[in-house]
Amino acid sequence: MSEAKKTKTRTIAVDMIARVEGEGALRVTVKDGVVQDVELRIFEPPRFFEAFLVGRHYDEVPDIVARICGICPVAYQMSAVHALEQIFAVRVEGALRDLRRMIYCGEWIESHTLHVYMLHAPDFLGYASAIAMAKDHPGILIRGLRLKKAGNALMTLLGGRSVHPISVKVGGFSRVPLRRELEGLKEELLWARDAAVETVRWVAGFDYPDFAQDYTFVALHPSDEYPFNEGPIQSSGGVNISAAEFEQHFREEQAPYSTALQCRLNGASYLVGPLARVNFNHDHLSPLGKQVLADTGLSLPLCNPFHAIIARSVEILYAIEETLRIIDSYEPPPCPSVPVTVRAGTGMACTEAPRGILYHRYRVDGDGLIREAKIVPPTSQNQRRIEEDLRAYMPRVLDLSNEQAALGCEKVIRCYDPCISCATHFLKLDILRDG
Amino acid sequence: MTSTGTRHPLRIIGVGNLFRGDDAAGVLAARRLKDLVGDRAEVIEAELAGLDVLDLMADASAVILIDAARSGRPAGTIHRLDASAGPLSGDLFPHSTHVLNAVDALEMGRTLGLLPPQVIVYGVEVGDTTAGNDLSPAVAGVLDQVVERVLCELEGLSCTSGS
Repeated sequence: MSEAKKTKTRTIAVDMIARVEGEGALRVTVKDGVVQDVELRIFEPPRFFEAFLVGRHYDEVPDIVARICGICPVAYQMSAVHALEQIFAVRVEGALRDLRRMIYCGEWIESHTLHVYMLHAPDFLGYASAIAMAKDHPGILIRGLRLKKAGNALMTLLGGRSVHPISVKVGGFSRVPLRRELEGLKEELLWARDAAVETVRWVAGFDYPDFAQDYTFVALHPSDEYPFNEGPIQSSGGVNISAAEFEQHFREEQAPYSTALQCRLNGASYLVGPLARVNFNHDHLSPLGKQVLADTGLSLPLCNPFHAIIARSVEILYAIEETLRIIDSYEPPPCPSVPVTVRAGTGMACTEAPRGILYHRYRVDGDGLIREAKIVPPTSQNQRRIEEDLRAYMPRVLDLSNEQAALGCEKVIRCYDPCISCATHFLKLDILRDG
Repeated sequence: MTSTGTRHPLRIIGVGNLFRGDDAAGVLAARRLKDLVGDRAEVIEAELAGLDVLDLMADASAVILIDAARSGRPAGTIHRLDASAGPLSGDLFPHSTHVLNAVDALEMGRTLGLLPPQVIVYGVEVGDTTAGNDLSPAVAGVLDQVVERVLCELEGLSCTSGS
């Protein structure tokens, strides 16, 4: 951390916000003790992948988009294949549909566990990092690593490897698991279910700041299941649309201080991710999940961003239970994928990435070549909302030292598990104090 | 990440992102090593592995980890760290798309008693990590050297003087 004084303005510069993936910077301007501006700048590779996809054959898309993010490759693959399948009028149903839910479960387990244990819990327990926390709580960290590994095993079996799955394709998979291969995961998943229950209880015992915000929540909200790949997009403000209508309501705007685009719903900020999903879909949790959530003593809707760690933990439990449910009913499909007949058109899809809804739109020509691609990741949707949270939170930390104020801002940002790696490295923090 | 499924006690793990310019150095070095190492070690290309490197190291007796580094030295500088000798400084590897960087992952492994007895880290100083770019000339020009040094390391030869 460096500190410099220029006339009345004091600058705090934190070299990076640790434990936030990606590259970006936060600048907060304070004048006479009042927050003037909060700017979260994300140095997103300017839509590199959208441009890179143009001219590629549709069957290359799942492998390419998987590399946008090392933490949520399945989300990118799922939004892509569902958008492309809409163009080709392909329906993936039955066991193949279940397997797609299952591989998404694997990603949620991996991603959420990483965030809960390694990135977010240290904030609540007073540690600078998970490594420091591990010295005092090795058993908890070992539990986290083992839980994450259960997600890795799912990804490896279904996706061919634990990051950047290679078996996902338009129409299904290149290979589907044998029943005995899935059965082989059960014992560890049963352990993981118990560990997930313990995880919810563990995080529910943390001390939380009283910081409820007035959010517009947005999530997929199917009528009969917890969402992964399908369902209408709903907002707590009354929006209820299909993915095909997304761009009529959600608009991306270029912030002058960032290469990333900020997405707004009818001109206003909104929140996507675990809090929104739990608020909309808690009725679709299992009886165990509902009970564990009720045991936290929290009332719904969850409106405190710091409670996202609880929502994530509840979703880890859901993902494990859903995987076990699918394993128990699994009969391998006759073919690993359904046939695809290429035709020109435009398709849109929205799926629930660990951090929130992820929108894809593709235009394909008659040869199956991509002519246009649009990708709206969850972090760009939450970006404006993070800024508003920071604006509301800053008065609590203005009287603290520069270092502590910066740390407070980091903690707010980490609630969102921002995956700026859909951008890249480092996040810098500047607080400008004038007067 | 690819794995042969066999658990060789000696492993070479190349970490990086093939779509991010010089960040691909570790993966590309591992790719070259695959043909040269034969059955002397398991070579793993780990794209964006992060904390997962601990899984990749499980039950190994010795690991050579190759990753992109960013310390401010000139692009193409080759760093060598012996993680077996003691805790590593976190200044060499950026907090990154790897979530916990290589050093963070190794130190977590050390704290939890999950580190193999011998872990050598090669860091290739990056220049350009712009999405979509190829390796910069400075990094492309030292990949052969990285490969040679890792091969020497594998043979237990002391041809590495450290950087």
